[in-house]
Amino acid sequence: MQTDRVHANQSVSINSNYQKARSPWMEGWRRLRKQKAALIGGGIVILFVLIGLLAPVLAPYDPTEQNLKINLQPPSSDHWLGTDDAGRDVFSRLLYGARISLTIGFFSVIGSLVIGGLLGLLAGYFGKWIDTLISRLFDMMLAFPSILLAIAIVAILGPGLFNALLAIAIINIPTFGRLIRSRVLSVKQEEYIMAARAQGMTQWRLIFRHVLPNSWVPLIVQGTLGIGTAVLDAAALGFLGLGAQPPDAEWGKMLSDAKGYITNAPWLMLCPGIAIMLSVLGFNMFGDGLRDALDPKER
Amino acid sequence: MLKYVLQRMGHLIPVLFGMSIIVFSIIHAIPGDPAEVILGQRADPEAIKTLRAQLGLDQPLHVQYFHFLERILQGDLGTSMVTKQPIVEEMVPYLAATAELAIFSMIIAVIFGVNLGILSAWRRNTWLDNGAMALALVGVSMPIFWLGLVEQWLFSVKLDWLPVLGRADVRDTITPITHFYLIDTLLAGNTGQFWSVLKHIILPGIALATIPTAIIARMTRASMLEVLKHEYIRTARAKGLHDFFVVYKHALKNAFAPVLTVIGLQLGTLLGGAVLTETIFGWPGVGLYLFNAIGARDYAVIQSGILVLATIYIVVNLIVDLLYAYFDPRIQYK
Repeated sequence: MQTDRVHANQSVSINSNYQKARSPWMEGWRRLRKQKAALIGGGIVILFVLIGLLAPVLAPYDPTEQNLKINLQPPSSDHWLGTDDAGRDVFSRLLYGARISLTIGFFSVIGSLVIGGLLGLLAGYFGKWIDTLISRLFDMMLAFPSILLAIAIVAILGPGLFNALLAIAIINIPTFGRLIRSRVLSVKQEEYIMAARAQGMTQWRLIFRHVLPNSWVPLIVQGTLGIGTAVLDAAALGFLGLGAQPPDAEWGKMLSDAKGYITNAPWLMLCPGIAIMLSVLGFNMFGDGLRDALDPKER
Repeated sequence: MLKYVLQRMGHLIPVLFGMSIIVFSIIHAIPGDPAEVILGQRADPEAIKTLRAQLGLDQPLHVQYFHFLERILQGDLGTSMVTKQPIVEEMVPYLAATAELAIFSMIIAVIFGVNLGILSAWRRNTWLDNGAMALALVGVSMPIFWLGLVEQWLFSVKLDWLPVLGRADVRDTITPITHFYLIDTLLAGNTGQFWSVLKHIILPGIALATIPTAIIARMTRASMLEVLKHEYIRTARAKGLHDFFVVYKHALKNAFAPVLTVIGLQLGTLLGGAVLTETIFGWPGVGLYLFNAIGARDYAVIQSGILVLATIYIVVNLIVDLLYAYFDPRIQYK
C-alpha cells in the first residue's frame, strides 16, 4: 500500500517536472522571478502604466489650465512640482505626460511589430524574390540613422502626435522584420514543420499554427525594449517641436518649453527628464530580464 | 580580401539607390501640392506655377528622378529655397562642425566605453562590474537632450565653468583652413582660441557621447567575457603575464571585432543625435541646419541634409565592415 503511494507520488512528481519542462512560459517566469533588475524594471513599468491610466484621478489640476498670475512658481504644497511659464501645474502635466508617452510607445511598437513581423514572416518563409525584395527594403530603411528618418517622415507629414507615432512605427519596422525573418528561417527547417507540410497542411495554416507561435519570443523581448526606445524617440520629436503640439502635456514638449527657463526655473526641466529616463530605464531593465529568461541563448 | 571588398561594395549599390529614392520621395510625399505647401495657400497661382517648374514638378516622375540622380552624382545638391544659395557651399562649414563634434564624441565614447567594458569583464560580478553596467544602463536610457539641458544648468549657469552655446567665442575670429576649429586654432598657433574652442565642444561632446559610451561598454564587456574564457588566455596567465597585459594585449585584440561593428553603428546615433545636441547647444552643424530648414519648410535643404548624413552613415559602415574583415579573417569565407 505504502509502496503504491510512493510510486504514485513519484509519478506525480515526475509528471509535474515533465510539465514544467514542457512549458517554456512557466520556465521563463521562474527565471524572470530570480532577476532583481528585471523585477525592478517591471515594477517601474507597471507604476508608469498605472500613473498613465489613473492620471485624471491622481492629477490635482487640469494639465492644460493656464493661470498667468501664478506662472513659474517653485515647488510648494499647492503645486508639488511648481508651475510652468503659462501657470500650469507641472505635477499634473507630468502625470498626463505618462499617458501620451506610453500610448506612443505601445502603439508604435504594435504597428512596427505587426507590419515588420508580417514582412519578415513572408521574407523568411517564402524566400526567393520575396525575400530579396523585402530584405533590400529593410536595408534601405536601415541606411538612415533611425531618428533622422523619423525627423524626415514628420517633416514631410507635418508635426503632430499621430504623425510622430507613425514615424516611430515606420523606423522600427526593419528591426522587427529582420528579427522574425531570421527566426522563421531557422524554424522552417525544424522537423515538425516538415512533418506538418508532408501531412498536407496549407502554407498559411502552417505559418499561423506553427511557424509564428515558435518565432515570437524574440519579438516580445524586442517589443519591450522597443517601447523604451519609442518613448525616447517620441520625446525627442516632441522636444524638436515635431511631436506633441501645445497645449498637450508631453514630456519632450515640456522639456522644450523649459529650455528658456533653466536659469530662473530649473525644476521645469528636471522633472520631465527624470520621468523619461525612469520609464525608459524600466522598459530596458525589464526587456533585458525577459531576454535572459525567455531566450537564454541570446544572453 | 579584394574579392570581399568588391562584393561588399557591390551590396552598397542597391542600398544607395534605394536611399536616393527615399530622399527623392520626400518632396513628393508632402500631402497636397508641394509648391502650394511651400508658398502657402494664399500664394499667387503664378508664383506656385513658377515654383513647380523650378522644382521640376511639372515633369513626369521618372524624368524628375533621373534629373535628381544626375544632379546628385555631379555633386550638385541644388539651391536653398530660403537663402537662394547653393546648398553644397552652405553645407561645407556645417558639415565640418558636425564632423568635429561627432569625432570628438566618438573619441570620448571609445576611450570611456571600451575601458569601462574591459574593467567590467575583468572584475566580473564585483561591485565595480555591477556599478559600471548600471551606469551603462542609465546611459542607454538617458534622453541626451535632457542631459544637455542639465549640463548647461550645472556647468554653465550654476558653476560658470563652460560656455552655454556656440562653437567658439563670438569675439574670436577663426580663419577656416580645415573648418575643424580645434585644428585650425592650433595651426594658427593661437592657444587662447584653442582652449576656448575646446571649452565650447566639451558639453555637447559629452551629451552626444553618452549613448554610444554606454553601448560600447556593454558590447566590450560581453565580447571580452567571451574571449577571456579561451585557453590561450589561461596559457598567457599561466606564463606569469600580468593581468593588465593579458587583458589589454591578448584579449582586447581578439574581442575588438564586434566592438568595432558597434562603434560603426553608433555613428548613426551620433549623426541622428547631432540634430538634438546641436539644437540645444546652438552648434552650427548639419543637424541645426536641417532643424532650421524643417522650420522654414526648405525641402531642398531637408533632402540634401538627410542625403548627406545617410551617405556618410552608409560609407562609414562599409569601412567598418571592411575593418571587421581585417580583424576577423574568418569573415571572408562566409
